[in-house]
Amino acid sequence: MAMTIAEKIFAAHSGKESVKPGDLIFAKLDRILGTDVTCSLSIKVFEEMGVEKVHNPDQLVLVNDHFVPAKDIKAAQLSKNMREFGQQQGVKNYFEVGRSGICHTVLPENGLAKPGDLIVGADSHTCTYGAVGAVASGIGSTDMAAAWAIGELWFRVPSTIRVEITGDLQEWVGAKDVILYIISQLGVEGAIYKILEFHGSTIENMSMDGRFTIANMAVEAGAKSGVIPADDTTLAFMDQVGVKDAQPIEADPDAEYEKIIEIDVSELKPQVAKPYLPSNAVDVDEVAGTRIDQVAIGSCTNGRIEDFEMAYRILKGKKIHPLVRVVIMPSSDKIYAELIDNGFAREFVAAGATIAPSTCGLCIGGHMGVLAEDEVGLYTTNRNFVGRNGHPSSQVFLSGPAVAAASAIAGEIVSPK
Amino acid sequence: MEGTAFKYGNNVDTDVIIPARYCTSFLAEELAPHALEDLDDTFVKRVNQGDFIVAGRNFGCGSSRENAPIAIKGAGAACVIAESFARIFYRNSINIGLPILECPEAVHGTEEGDKLHINLETGEIENLTRGGKWIAAPFPEGIQEIIELGGLVSYVKKRLGAEK
Repeated sequence: MAMTIAEKIFAAHSGKESVKPGDLIFAKLDRILGTDVTCSLSIKVFEEMGVEKVHNPDQLVLVNDHFVPAKDIKAAQLSKNMREFGQQQGVKNYFEVGRSGICHTVLPENGLAKPGDLIVGADSHTCTYGAVGAVASGIGSTDMAAAWAIGELWFRVPSTIRVEITGDLQEWVGAKDVILYIISQLGVEGAIYKILEFHGSTIENMSMDGRFTIANMAVEAGAKSGVIPADDTTLAFMDQVGVKDAQPIEADPDAEYEKIIEIDVSELKPQVAKPYLPSNAVDVDEVAGTRIDQVAIGSCTNGRIEDFEMAYRILKGKKIHPLVRVVIMPSSDKIYAELIDNGFAREFVAAGATIAPSTCGLCIGGHMGVLAEDEVGLYTTNRNFVGRNGHPSSQVFLSGPAVAAASAIAGEIVSPK
Repeated sequence: MEGTAFKYGNNVDTDVIIPARYCTSFLAEELAPHALEDLDDTFVKRVNQGDFIVAGRNFGCGSSRENAPIAIKGAGAACVIAESFARIFYRNSINIGLPILECPEAVHGTEEGDKLHINLETGEIENLTRGGKWIAAPFPEGIQEIIELGGLVSYVKKRLGAEK
């Protein structure tokens, strides 16, 4: 039977010749990601299950990223619980503050996500690993405890929407603008329970950094995962992170899709998603002039070198508007080190930005840059729900790094051109 | 069971169900006082044990935090009826034993404050205030089996017991 990429991955992990949408399967997992904010509950549930040892410690990846460096005593305890559990269980892939970063960059850059993998994580943006041609999906803490115990989880095989993206991007338009535009077309529930499979010349010409941005936001359309077929770009990346045996999975030419969406991005303008939904994207000109208090450039969505290069080209030699605060958030400690090595860090600080440690804190309104009552943020993150980034009356606009950097100088939302 | 409906719109996300600022805890008693705080700060004061949340499409979208269904259940809500659920929230609710029913017709036929009668076994929802009776979509077969076993924790216990 002809299958999509996700169907092939689900079939291979459940020991079946083929699967079809709607099938309920138990599938073996390649990686199970836990973070400081979700592990403690899983540990409690794991104990309730009466299990002493995890099924296979090499499946587990434990990353300190959400409330680190510990924002308070309770957060410190959450990390401590995860640290002790990792030691007890012999988990090798444990990432400590300073040798870590945001999980969705940490896993790929350590070769822990590869084409054809089935990965779950107790974090909704686990879908990011779809960028390497894996199926990767967010789960809750009880699911994670069960996965630790039996090495498998249940899935209802989802149907797949094929998204064909074609056209060369204009200057200052990047992957973030493409995915914000796609979500605005699909809606925040447009792909609920489904897989998004991305194809087309725009994707084929896109760097891995850009592909991670696209896959990262699949969940903002409700998707279980967003999958980008592995190609030479992927294999070069895998080689660079030490995975030598990566095997791309291709969709069968006659695979059945629930629908096929074709999008031409050659005329696409920089996008900005208005509060309070990531699907509220409009051309930047429509919100130009909106005053802003804080700009955040980074996160698991846009915190990679290509993103910072775009911001650097705009901020270099300039001064940030006196009424605006800018927080730079590298998505891993390795990327942080690169910002130092390539001189970006010096320019960002000279322009008046602060560089935060690699953490999810700001993006979830936890710490490292929370918004006050009625404040307005312009963030390169992935969500702008009510209260997510601080006070419930604060507002966050979402954009790519070019709009964010140009607006930081102007003190209001502007087009980077 | 009978209770009062608290009605909300589409895309009720996990950030308004329980903001991350409270997610240094995963205990129901610490989360429940903040359930739905950023959407409706009167909810926790008004809700009684056994009441229902009735909402539109994509309920529970956003974060994977299991703290969200725990907060709702802890606040006293006995069931969430929605037009549709975001998939991680759907899994989490089944896993922690928060009853959820998918029934767009019941959502359309119910207003804030209506009294409802719900039979979880049959999925029947009756609006006692303005009339109307609906049947929620049944759970897919395999998921029903997990629910009947008492949720995922019981499933794992049973499976590991059988393997030994």
